[in-house]
Amino acid sequence: MTAAMISRPVYPGLSPDQYAKTHLILCEGEGAAAVLDMAAKAPKEFFSRALILFCPAGTGYEPKLAALSPKSLWVLPTIATAMFRLRGVLATATMGTRVYAAGTEPFIGSVLQETLAVGIDHKSVFTEHRGSAKRRVQCVHCKGCTDDVTASPFTCTHCGLTLFVRDHYSRRLGAFQGVCVDAEVPGEVPPVEELYR
Amino acid sequence: MGLMFKDETYRGDFTFYNSPEAIRHFPFPFHEDKYMYAVNIEPHTPGPKGSAYEFPIDIDEHYVSDMRDRALVLQEDPLRCQSLPHMITAEWDLVELLMTSMSDAYPEHFTLKRNGDAWHWINRPMGIENEFTFGDTSTLPYPPMEYITRQCQGDFCLLDQRDGDLWMDSGMVTSQADWSLDFDIGMSFKEWHAPVPLAHEIGVFDRALKFLLAMQIGRPVRRLNWTMTINPRLDTSPENYHKWGTDRTTVTPENVGDKVHLRVELQALWRLPRSNAIVFSIRGYLIKMRELVTIPKWGRRMPRVLKTLPPELAAYKGLTRYQDMTIDWLAKYDDGAPTSPGCFPD
Repeated sequence: MTAAMISRPVYPGLSPDQYAKTHLILCEGEGAAAVLDMAAKAPKEFFSRALILFCPAGTGYEPKLAALSPKSLWVLPTIATAMFRLRGVLATATMGTRVYAAGTEPFIGSVLQETLAVGIDHKSVFTEHRGSAKRRVQCVHCKGCTDDVTASPFTCTHCGLTLFVRDHYSRRLGAFQGVCVDAEVPGEVPPVEELYR
Repeated sequence: MGLMFKDETYRGDFTFYNSPEAIRHFPFPFHEDKYMYAVNIEPHTPGPKGSAYEFPIDIDEHYVSDMRDRALVLQEDPLRCQSLPHMITAEWDLVELLMTSMSDAYPEHFTLKRNGDAWHWINRPMGIENEFTFGDTSTLPYPPMEYITRQCQGDFCLLDQRDGDLWMDSGMVTSQADWSLDFDIGMSFKEWHAPVPLAHEIGVFDRALKFLLAMQIGRPVRRLNWTMTINPRLDTSPENYHKWGTDRTTVTPENVGDKVHLRVELQALWRLPRSNAIVFSIRGYLIKMRELVTIPKWGRRMPRVLKTLPPELAAYKGLTRYQDMTIDWLAKYDDGAPTSPGCFPD
């Protein structure tokens, strides 16, 4: 790992917490496969105490997740709707709840933002990165976030500046930093590289 | 001590300059003819009279103009001043540190009268006077950190200490060298330093963090950092990089002496008594190349440092476009004579 990536979180992978009273599991797209992999390591009764929030993102994992017989399985169409549900669940969550998050980095970042807001230390959320390497990037100039960034430089969807993606990550924002790439010589833009497919 | 506050600008027509006294006051950062990162932390004890280290908090001839530029930055972008809610005790600690330091060092300009929690602050250069209750935010016109840092030169960060780490949880940052408080707020020590090249690998941040965690009340420390800036611009923030970035292409062999500035940060740190937080102050000083070479030792040393700077550092500091031109301009001030050790003029 290079020095420039020190602010980026580490996603160590999901593993079952046998002492938790409730397992609050959030997964998006291929992140569902991480939950299924964890199921193989978990004791039989594990999912009877599990609440699963799932964003399919075009995948067909819903039947397999249902087959785990979780206490609840909520399937939600977008990250935004999943986070709305997460906030509701966290509002009434009790001691002994363990949060798990698996999927793309923007998805995990969204979950960590919500859990941070209710005072859950980020290191106590179990995380696993699966699927695309796409990034959420905050424009340092207009502060607007652009989701699903797969290339650098790219155009800020809010202010239209051409941004390069700096390897600097804010957990509070759940985003990398985007900085104007042609600030010194306007129009002098390096070739686009698909770095985060 | 007769400070005369100048009326000058850090934007637009850029009328900022240093008087001969301010040049001698400048904290030149190179103690030898080359530069590499080091922890370089030393006790923040009083230095020579007339130097930037004479007092714990340094106020100079640029004070009133600095504070006017800060107010302009905040008017455009209030997010340059942010504080997480748990930092309120540290904010009051900072009010105490700055008001006592400023009034002790510069009694003709600042007065603090205290009667228990009833405080009376007078800032004559800025024409500010407030009676307030220490600890009661509703008695000040701004939150405590914002109130006092609108009246004190330098950027300020308040670092919370917990879990064996320091957290950037509060700050007034309007004259930064290309880092964003809004992006970094809430980060741990190594996280907010993540973009700095080379230093992580040589263990600088491990050692610095260990040192800072053990800091004690009443034993402040300081270090110097530096970069270069085109035009005497205080607000070289990433937020406005798309507005000031073109400055870097305006350097010509003819204007190096007036356009290119050495920018030094006198970083001082104090442990705070109530909150156990740490104040991290980043007091910036600017000097034009034309002013710098009036001190012969600095004129010899500056081109030698620039010539031997590792390319990664030059790129991180944003010097690459004008580094060679600056070295060429400075060359006539380096007669090849040896320089004496240490930073101060001969």
